[in-house]
Amino acid sequence: MEIGLSQYLTVAAILFTIGIFGIFLNRKNVIVILMSVELILLSVNINLVAFSAFLGDLVGQVFALLVLTVAAGEAAIGLAILVTYFRNRGTIAVEDINLMKG
Amino acid sequence: MAAALFFYLFSAIAVASAVMVISARNPVHSVLFLILCFFNAAGLFVLLGAEFLAMILVVVYVGAVAVLFLFVVMMLDVDFVELRQGLLNYLPIGGVIGLIVLVELALAVGGWVISPASLKSRVAPLPEGVTNTEALGRVLYTDFIFYFQAAGFVLLVAMVGAIVLTLRHKEGVKRQNISVQVARSPATAIEVVKVKPGQGI
Repeated sequence: MEIGLSQYLTVAAILFTIGIFGIFLNRKNVIVILMSVELILLSVNINLVAFSAFLGDLVGQVFALLVLTVAAGEAAIGLAILVTYFRNRGTIAVEDINLMKG
Repeated sequence: MAAALFFYLFSAIAVASAVMVISARNPVHSVLFLILCFFNAAGLFVLLGAEFLAMILVVVYVGAVAVLFLFVVMMLDVDFVELRQGLLNYLPIGGVIGLIVLVELALAVGGWVISPASLKSRVAPLPEGVTNTEALGRVLYTDFIFYFQAAGFVLLVAMVGAIVLTLRHKEGVKRQNISVQVARSPATAIEVVKVKPGQGI
């Protein structure tokens, strides 16, 4: 059985769906929400690398590198905000983050 | 044949561990399953011929991001049982939205073919006879140098932001005052005392 582009895209689509489902499932736990976002970005990376490999174009891998960079920065900033919030409030429940009434 | 076998192995473990990430009771287990998922995604990258990205995925994600997650999960004293309450309330709506997204993605993926015209308009075709790392370096440091610099800038801003957010000054902590230490001279630091026998100072 030949493994083509659509197989990789299917795996990435399943991972993306699991990430979105995780955000809905763990509405209160912001750590798991951040991990779900990492899963979504990983599935995007799989898409980019699969297209890059099957089209024979390196730009996809360069883009995947940039997505990786942004994901690392996002995780660092998100966890820093989380630590600061926990110091101030003593909880990480997402539903309590409504001080700005936005 | 072996490539197909490894593809199904890696993707099955990646999907299964992704499910465990969002459904594990203990967030520490979630982080460990996330690491497993990243390792298998790195395996998929190797199958696709993107060895450099696979190694970067292992080094950056497993070595930095996942350890950061693990550190924060273990450092924060959070009652995770309380956070899991009401989990089943969100299950139907989350399931419906996840199903809709999956069906849409499947419909988009199903009818995919690569047209020969798009092959002609490639920006950086894969060169023959060089390793993936070398090929990536050739385009990354020449054609995409501004994007590369922008990525470095993003990391710098993220680092500064994280430090500014988490740094705090505690009052009443004894710290080293380097300027005072350097400014000390023998005249101010030493006092010569003659002690007479039997009297003390």
